[in-house]
Amino acid sequence: MIDASVLERVLGSALRTGGEFAEVFAEDRRSSSALLDDGRVEELTSGRDRGAGIRVVVGDTTGFAHTADLSEAGLIAAAEAAAAAARGGGGGVRTIALSRQQASRGYEIEIAPVQVPKARKVELLTRADEIARSTDGAISQVSVNYGDSLRRILVANSDGLLAEDETVRTFFAVSCVATGDTGMQTGRESIGHTIGFELFDRYDIDELARRAAGRAITKLAARPAPSGQMPVVIGSGGGGVLFHEACGHGLEADLVSKGASVFGGRVGQQVASKGVTVVDDGTMSREWGNIAIDDEGNRAQRNVLIEDGILTDYMWDQLRARKEGRASSGNGRRQSYQHLPMVRMTNTYLLAGTEEPDAIIASTEKGVYVKHLGGGQVNTATGDFVFGMTEAYLIENGEVTEPLREGNLIGNGPEVLQRIDALGNDFAMGPPGTCGKDGQGVPVGDGVPTLRVSSLTIGGTAA
Amino acid sequence: MSDELLAVADRVVAMARPGEQVEAVVVRGTDTEIKVYGGEVESLSSAQAQGVGIRVVIDGRQGFAYAGSLDESVIAETLADARDNAGFATFDEFAGLAEPDGFDAPAIELYRSALETFSPEAKVALAIEMERAVLAADPRISGIESAEYMDSISESAVVTTTGIRSAGRESNCYVATYAMASDGDDTQTGFGFSVGREPSQLDPERAAAEAAQRATRMLGAVQPSSGRLTVVLDPWVTAQFLGLIGYTLNGDAVLKGRSLFADRMGEVVASPLLTLVDDPTDTRAFTATDADGEGLAARRNLLIENGVLRKFVHNAQSARRAGTVSTGNAVRGFKSTPDVGCLAVSLLPGTSDPAALLAGITDGVLVQEVSGLHSGVNPVSGDFSTGAEGIRIRNGELAEPVREFTIASTLQKMLRDVRAVGSDLQFLPMSSAGVTLVVDDLTISGS
Repeated sequence: MIDASVLERVLGSALRTGGEFAEVFAEDRRSSSALLDDGRVEELTSGRDRGAGIRVVVGDTTGFAHTADLSEAGLIAAAEAAAAAARGGGGGVRTIALSRQQASRGYEIEIAPVQVPKARKVELLTRADEIARSTDGAISQVSVNYGDSLRRILVANSDGLLAEDETVRTFFAVSCVATGDTGMQTGRESIGHTIGFELFDRYDIDELARRAAGRAITKLAARPAPSGQMPVVIGSGGGGVLFHEACGHGLEADLVSKGASVFGGRVGQQVASKGVTVVDDGTMSREWGNIAIDDEGNRAQRNVLIEDGILTDYMWDQLRARKEGRASSGNGRRQSYQHLPMVRMTNTYLLAGTEEPDAIIASTEKGVYVKHLGGGQVNTATGDFVFGMTEAYLIENGEVTEPLREGNLIGNGPEVLQRIDALGNDFAMGPPGTCGKDGQGVPVGDGVPTLRVSSLTIGGTAA
Repeated sequence: MSDELLAVADRVVAMARPGEQVEAVVVRGTDTEIKVYGGEVESLSSAQAQGVGIRVVIDGRQGFAYAGSLDESVIAETLADARDNAGFATFDEFAGLAEPDGFDAPAIELYRSALETFSPEAKVALAIEMERAVLAADPRISGIESAEYMDSISESAVVTTTGIRSAGRESNCYVATYAMASDGDDTQTGFGFSVGREPSQLDPERAAAEAAQRATRMLGAVQPSSGRLTVVLDPWVTAQFLGLIGYTLNGDAVLKGRSLFADRMGEVVASPLLTLVDDPTDTRAFTATDADGEGLAARRNLLIENGVLRKFVHNAQSARRAGTVSTGNAVRGFKSTPDVGCLAVSLLPGTSDPAALLAGITDGVLVQEVSGLHSGVNPVSGDFSTGAEGIRIRNGELAEPVREFTIASTLQKMLRDVRAVGSDLQFLPMSSAGVTLVVDDLTISGS
């Protein structure tokens, strides 16, 4: 994308006012998407974003500037702006010598989406629409989304690091509305992987469309969710967002260092039930949160956060790790070249246990079975978090019975982790997600086996 | 400055071939974002970004492409992509760009040159002043999760082959902070902010005082017991709900069978105390604008009048499909085609201040923060359930703080259950304004 010699000169300019650390992050992103709604292919969109963000660190202050002009002059202007923003004091000339680091994600993209005719992508949309509508006469509306992206990044910094990566992601989603006597209900299913168009060799679009339609239909007969506290069984693959919110964000070192996490100062302590092992793993092949390097050029890692209930480590980016005199854990990510990196999750998951999923439900007298979770939100300082249930059922006398209407569940992270009293042997990753933090969205994955929390507050309206 | 963007858009539109409709949206923004921590700048970023979005309609088929660059070669490639994409869309007799509709853009000034001349040092000082004020506000304040200053100057131009030619410029700034208060092991947080079009309109002291008060008054919060209660929504919370109500009145959702109010035009859908307007011409609104995303004049639309549903909002295409005219509600950035949505919704304020409203409630809860609106509200079915925190109200007075509970109902029922609208209209850094709202019979789920 940019010559090493140019990068060396740009980094030199960035440090001219006395910065301690400088970095160039360049990005060239091409995306395409297609939308079918109301029976029509409404539009295809092509997008291109290309530019570089430059940061300069002086003491505890980071200066940042970005530019869409990748010429040497454009980059130097941005470097000077970033240096000015960091307000460095002393001058000096530092020579930077970059050495290229290789990072591989260990698998190949089989079919580059850009090589696939647009007509083929449109066929997928119309196929999913037809199947969803033919599933049941109550399906009153369908929208289908296709998206792919090719993101090339380059990171060079004053420590001499030079790393590049190319990431391909492909995404597909079907959303249905079902209409009945009780009003309207919705059902959605999505798939997304860090792979190319081979996504559609791995998944059956018809099946996806039927599941989305089925979810909306099921909820037409749903009763209001209960209110109050009861045991909650989370289905395999459906609910990794629970851990993303209950402890993931609270283990991000930037929040910890500001005293804004209930998990601060608790490394080495028992923070979860025995048997609970939580991992954040950017190396997980083909998953939505897969990266070869993070957006600071550090190699992706598999990081064990909680091992058998004991808090082992937080997640780190370059800046926080530098301050603590340790290595980054490969969790420095950003939405685009227009953003500063911060500590972010990649693929966050809970390892499987040994119990049979059916036995977990059978041993639950009365509770809620959440087969599919929506998004969530957490206040890391208090630990209180919510997550939505988009497909849930009552458990009565050890059996899954009536479907429930949508709603949030609420709990407190440290308390909920201690209340996990059953772990199934059926681990699965869930659908692709976008994690939002401080206004930036990044792709993340999550996964869980079937598990039970002995008590959570269900946010329904029924007594 | 906008002339430059108009010139770029004009050049794109001039490349239209016979029989093609072409629309170019060109934007440029300069943003400053400053975060401070411990009396020092944690990060300062300042940058200019620009982009172009091109929509092409050929024989009832629409294609779109965008690029984050205004280079001539990139623009040419973007137009070619949009043109090629059009070939794959389904024919739609209602597809097409907006056309001039005779409405004049309101003469409102949303740009202040004072923002351009305000120095980075002065911006930093505002944020540091706010952080210091938070820390000094109460001995129980234990830290700051964030203290930031943000501003932006954005310009945009829309030109079409159908005769639209519109450009505008606006400035915005705000300060915002999250404070933490602690007492023993108990930590609580509170949010405060202040918005303006130029820095002199900002009130960092007020933002700090609010954040500190909201955090400290939550100390000692317990989980409330489940039940049905009267709930008082803080303006900040009301504004978030209004955003969701706005979606249900979106003409595109109505046409596509996704609005729960689709068949209710002219009927009573809310308490007679509720009058909801979408008024982007009110310059006090953070998202005020003189033109919508298709370049049509922004206008005041009365959506619900004394509880009666009066209007759905439309852009050009949804209006054609519905057999009506655009209400000037095309919503978009340069990276997408125009959607339909409310631009600046607000309830007409009532006559009682929040204190008077609280005094009339014997048993209730004041909700100061909600969470999980994206995961627990389904605007199609109307079911909602969100995480909440706030203060119990007993015999007309604020009592103990409560947390880790949800409030739930349906949007339909909540609108009918509104018992009072406060007089305290507040403009927030979002596309809806806030006001204290008293709602009867919400389900509280807790212990």
